[in-house]
Amino acid sequence: MSTLKPMPIPAAVRISGLQHHFGRGSLRRQVLHDITLAIWPGEIVLLTGPSGSGKTTLLTLIGGLRHGQCGSVMVLGRQLIGCNDRQLSQARREHGYIFQAHNLHRSLTALQNVRMALEVRGDHDRTTMDRRAAQMLEQVDLAPQIHSYPDQLSGGQKQRVAVARALVHNPPLVLADEPTAALDTRSGREVVSRMQQLAREQHSTILLVTHDNRILDIADRVLIMEDGHLREEVRSADTSVRSTTP
Amino acid sequence: MTTAARLWQQLRQRTPLGWLQLRHDRGRLLVALAGITFADVLMFTQLGFQASIYDANTRFHRALNTDIVLLSPKAQNLQNLSTFPRRRLLQALDVPGVQDGHGLYVSTLTWKNPDTRRDATVQLFGFDPDARLFNIPEVIAQQTTLKQPDTVLFDRGARGPYQATIAALQRGITVSTEAERRTLQIKGLFPLGASFGSDGTLMASDLTFLRQVPRRNVGSLSLGLIQLQPGADADLVAERMRRHLDADVKVLTKSGYVAFEQAYWRRASPVGVIFGMGTVMAFVVGVVIVYQVLSTDVASHLGEYATFRAMGYRNRYLLGVVFEQALVLASLGFVPGFVLPIGIYALASKATFLPIAMTAERAIKVFLLTVLMCGASGAIATRRLQAADPAELF
Repeated sequence: MSTLKPMPIPAAVRISGLQHHFGRGSLRRQVLHDITLAIWPGEIVLLTGPSGSGKTTLLTLIGGLRHGQCGSVMVLGRQLIGCNDRQLSQARREHGYIFQAHNLHRSLTALQNVRMALEVRGDHDRTTMDRRAAQMLEQVDLAPQIHSYPDQLSGGQKQRVAVARALVHNPPLVLADEPTAALDTRSGREVVSRMQQLAREQHSTILLVTHDNRILDIADRVLIMEDGHLREEVRSADTSVRSTTP
Repeated sequence: MTTAARLWQQLRQRTPLGWLQLRHDRGRLLVALAGITFADVLMFTQLGFQASIYDANTRFHRALNTDIVLLSPKAQNLQNLSTFPRRRLLQALDVPGVQDGHGLYVSTLTWKNPDTRRDATVQLFGFDPDARLFNIPEVIAQQTTLKQPDTVLFDRGARGPYQATIAALQRGITVSTEAERRTLQIKGLFPLGASFGSDGTLMASDLTFLRQVPRRNVGSLSLGLIQLQPGADADLVAERMRRHLDADVKVLTKSGYVAFEQAYWRRASPVGVIFGMGTVMAFVVGVVIVYQVLSTDVASHLGEYATFRAMGYRNRYLLGVVFEQALVLASLGFVPGFVLPIGIYALASKATFLPIAMTAERAIKVFLLTVLMCGASGAIATRRLQAADPAELF
């Protein structure tokens, strides 16, 4: 599918010949078969498919959460196959990752949780980090809750803190794994449109794994994974190219 | 230097995650602190008793007004000094640098406790009442009374039921009792204190001593106490003396003699081992409790830790959080662990008449042990961090 593209801008994600196996010996099982994929800067791509099809495995490989075995996974100009732990940690700092569960730290306030995403990079002083984190929480409409602990927030609010945490460092790539699964329709919608809006403002690329049909409309492209094979959902042919300035 | 400055900068910028995590779960924090306090109190008690044995057993030695001590090569400790010929003391006086020298007779004595009229064992010192052998003002002030026959001074710090005797002597009343079928007149008090080897001490003139201990030959000294001329180097004179004297006498400087006594209690007697083992046990108990708390804490934050890993934090950072917690626990737990033993020491020294008190050295030692204890627990607890793998968790 990427071969159709002209090549002036480098892809945010470019995968070719990616295979992945789980288990050893007779239990060895192939979960990804010869995946080839390109995602362009600013694109919002949805990855869907039945459970166990390998969606999350692919997402964790792109996110550098898992060591790749063979093939090529170029993310933001960095080859992730063959990276050691330290290099993968470095790569992960460039991403924003949103999980199915909010995964907020319950001993930290909303502000501190968001600040942790800035602290890992170590390039700002504390005041700047606090200001950025507070701004980000304002943008997801949580200004009154910045000093609340996760226990004091609703499910939707927590997921919005998680979105703020994933986006506060302006990541060029946002990866989300079923971010709406634990939420009702309204909060789910709200969270996803926040993500979409913020990512547009920051020109981020979004790859979103989901089962949730309610949010398919935000996508520029929908990819379907079935038994470890990737195919593109046939929609209008021009959605894969989108202007990076909305 | 710049690396240190940068590290400090990073530390100041850093969210104190370990501390916030501990503070968030008060119950767990209290359990950990109670465990550390318990271990610290135990360690302080064990080390305190251990030190008090050494202190109590060298109080006599440190109170001696002497520069060089002569003793028998067979001497083991103050209670088993054996004897050496007085001739050696007289020979030692010829060594350049020596000012004066006196003999001291030491023996254990079974006497009747004046309070209870029951047999009790005390230590008896006999010396020339004209010589100043002890740096104890009460002894110096009263030692001329020892010239009266069968007169002794009694240790106010003696262990046992001596309250009535001490009270009477404090009012200036002479108390008499008997030992070895002779009547003894107690005419005064001095402070020395009980030790593990003896419950109490009597001071007497050399003549009273020899009458009380008839099997002792006048020419067989327990200790020879030698004072040097001002400015003389004790080590140097001791070395000269060793060459000058036969091998049937041992020459030690005063500090060497104190070390000699301590070494005996450390090696030849089991007390040091017992208290050492007690300290080790306390340490192990502390490690187990703190490990339980820290590993539970790690286990209950695995999801959050995996999330931090996914955000780009390295495993090193999480190790840092666990060690931060260990250090915070060590510091907080040490505070009550330090305060409580001060009270315990006061009670114990009242009950045992042994000198037990908090010392800065011991406090630092126990604090370092506490840090080590928590650090060790933390190091074991970090093994659980392996499970904080974002790829496995999500």
